[in-house]
Amino acid sequence: MVSTGSTTARTRATKVVKKLDLDPATVRKARTLARRVGKPIVDLARQHTTVSVERATLRLAGLSGADAEGTPWVNRLLDATRGDVGLEHGVSLPVWDALLRGEAEDLTTLAQKAAAGSVRFRLPEGRDANRAAAAARKQVGAGLRQVDRGRKERERLITRIGDAPRQPWIYLIVATGDIHEDIPQAQQAAREGADVIAVIRSTGQSLLDYVPEGATREGYAGTYATQENFRLMRAALDESSKELGRYVRLTNYASGLCMPEIAALAGLERLDMMLNDSMYGILFRDINPIRTFVDQRFSRQVHARAGIIINTGEDNYLTTADAVEAAHTVTVSQLLNEYFAKEAGLEDWQLGLGHAFEIDPAVPESFRLELAHAMLARELFPKAPLKWMPPTRHMTGDVFRGYLLDGFFNLAGALTGQGILLVGMMTEAVVTPWLSDRDLALQNVRYVMDAAGGLAEDFRPAPDGLIAERARVVLGEAIDLLERITAEPKGQWPPLFSAIADGTFGLMKRPPEGGRGLDGVARKAGTYLNPATEALDGVS
Amino acid sequence: MTKLLRPYGDTTGDGMVQLSFTLPMPHDKTAEGAAQQLANKMGMDPALVVHAKPMGPDFTFFVVYGRVNHLVDPSQVVVVERDYPLLTPKEVNATVKRALRRRMVVVGGCIGTDAHTVGIDAILNIKGFAGEKGLEYYRELKVVNLGAQVAVPQLVERAIEEKADAVLVSQVVTQRDAHLLNTREMSAAFREAFPAERRPLLVVGGPRFDEAMADDLGVDRVFGRGTTPGEVASFMVHRITAS
Repeated sequence: MVSTGSTTARTRATKVVKKLDLDPATVRKARTLARRVGKPIVDLARQHTTVSVERATLRLAGLSGADAEGTPWVNRLLDATRGDVGLEHGVSLPVWDALLRGEAEDLTTLAQKAAAGSVRFRLPEGRDANRAAAAARKQVGAGLRQVDRGRKERERLITRIGDAPRQPWIYLIVATGDIHEDIPQAQQAAREGADVIAVIRSTGQSLLDYVPEGATREGYAGTYATQENFRLMRAALDESSKELGRYVRLTNYASGLCMPEIAALAGLERLDMMLNDSMYGILFRDINPIRTFVDQRFSRQVHARAGIIINTGEDNYLTTADAVEAAHTVTVSQLLNEYFAKEAGLEDWQLGLGHAFEIDPAVPESFRLELAHAMLARELFPKAPLKWMPPTRHMTGDVFRGYLLDGFFNLAGALTGQGILLVGMMTEAVVTPWLSDRDLALQNVRYVMDAAGGLAEDFRPAPDGLIAERARVVLGEAIDLLERITAEPKGQWPPLFSAIADGTFGLMKRPPEGGRGLDGVARKAGTYLNPATEALDGVS
Repeated sequence: MTKLLRPYGDTTGDGMVQLSFTLPMPHDKTAEGAAQQLANKMGMDPALVVHAKPMGPDFTFFVVYGRVNHLVDPSQVVVVERDYPLLTPKEVNATVKRALRRRMVVVGGCIGTDAHTVGIDAILNIKGFAGEKGLEYYRELKVVNLGAQVAVPQLVERAIEEKADAVLVSQVVTQRDAHLLNTREMSAAFREAFPAERRPLLVVGGPRFDEAMADDLGVDRVFGRGTTPGEVASFMVHRITAS
């Protein structure tokens, strides 16, 4: 398999010096507990499949496009096979069996016929099953090879053109709703200094059970994630990368009901980073926990294969829960995200674990507390390029005060060696960022990085000072919480489900049988076959 | 009798204001003149362009200070004044207990595609806002927080199921007046689902709402930026126990 990682992330990682003097035994215990909490979830994920995992498999096999109403062919084909033979065997055997029986010459035609109701699907047995499996493996394998080629191409471009000049990488968002408007904005943002461009998705997309098709010009507070939009934006940023002499990375969101499909499309179209959190969909989108964890595992495996850096969403907890009281839930979630990521085959340099600068500035010593939390994350995950998220909750509309707060956020980022810095906007909570807001925000980042970028070298918190002590307390609370979760009474569900149902994370209470998308989950039958998961499990 | 006012820089009556904006033109002397021209047209005279910075080849950002000669007359300002007494949580609880002899049920959430629960959470979560505890803290209030991206039919269904006395809807992030469309859709759905006398109190809030629009939107009250849980609780108690 391909294994060359991001050299930048690796070089920087070796420079991390231990400053908090965390007890190695305590750190090991935290990881052991995270594994104990995470393992039953992985087992559950392995036992199930979802409509979106199966559709992602069809997408890897090359099926794309949509009918006249805009319903993707992958949805049409999956719905038809599911109607005939159920979901529990996977889509691959019935679909490739139908192709081998000569029902259609290719997947698109088969999907069209299936939508018209002129194909009956069956579950092949014996030699028929073997032949169908072989044909499926061949075609899905071609998709995975395209993902591999994308990864190699990225590495080639970074070597040839050059990488981002320093860390943290500057991460900027565009979100116009219109891909053709996003492109010039993204290129301008790259010229102004962005190392990473994130195209925010249309807000409603996470709850759609299909991926829209084609280039889109109408979004709500963001632009739809579609294969064509991915392709257009990546091509535009390739141009910018050549113009600027540094590879500009592209980010999107593998979340919501179609997370596995979006992950597959990101791999096929060489996206570089994906927002991908193990619990975000459950907590903040009320998507069913089982659906989420099954989809999560698949999407992480695809990201691992594609060399994509994931960004987890711990910052979100702090927008609903208090950033001081709930600091340890961020640590717990980071530990879980790390476990789930590694299990799925992701390497340290691919783990953009999230955290945020969200402590109420009215709290005494708030900046020191922020430093404590940020350093704790840095030292717990020394090789991960952490994702540092700006203040949102205490941005009030007083843009002058907000600008100062963003300056302190940037300083904390510099002092604690963050890998990816999402640029804060002083107009947060006022308007979607204006051109001038972005320019001022980048000046803020540049000033802090130029003035104090190396300060991390000189900065050692006093061993018994507030920062070191606070970091130890938060780690201790995280361990207590993990222990409480493992001590949940053994029932029908893994203990983490009870914790999620109790509102442990972000104060959201989500029961295992509630939420959206459960009807798209099936327990795998003994005959289940999926060439994509076979290949991806082989990797991890 | 109120007196007429002018903006205050550092001397009474100096009329000084500051302004920043971007013009889509390259930075040069013409651009600075254009910025000054805009400020003059907006009523700033003299207008001092104190800062001009190119943003890429095609845009320039300006900061302008200057004097305006406009007067403001506070007596001509129309605001929605609080027409209910502000109660403490204790008084809210006592009033509910006395008037309803049961807990008052409040169902809340963000409707439409808005995923920002910060507004509804500030009002509902125990944690609260601006030093005041949220409605979950009130013993005599039963709070059902449905969170983000609640569909209107789902909201109506839960309101029926919970026998809600009041429904609280928050809209934080909005585009193309979606907050107004969503609110009208919501109030229409409640009017359809309930006879007038049984309909729960409808309250919407968010930074983009105009507090004077309640009638236009078909709701009982609109709360704007900076509203505290205590204000919302006091309003609900006032309206529900009075009827």
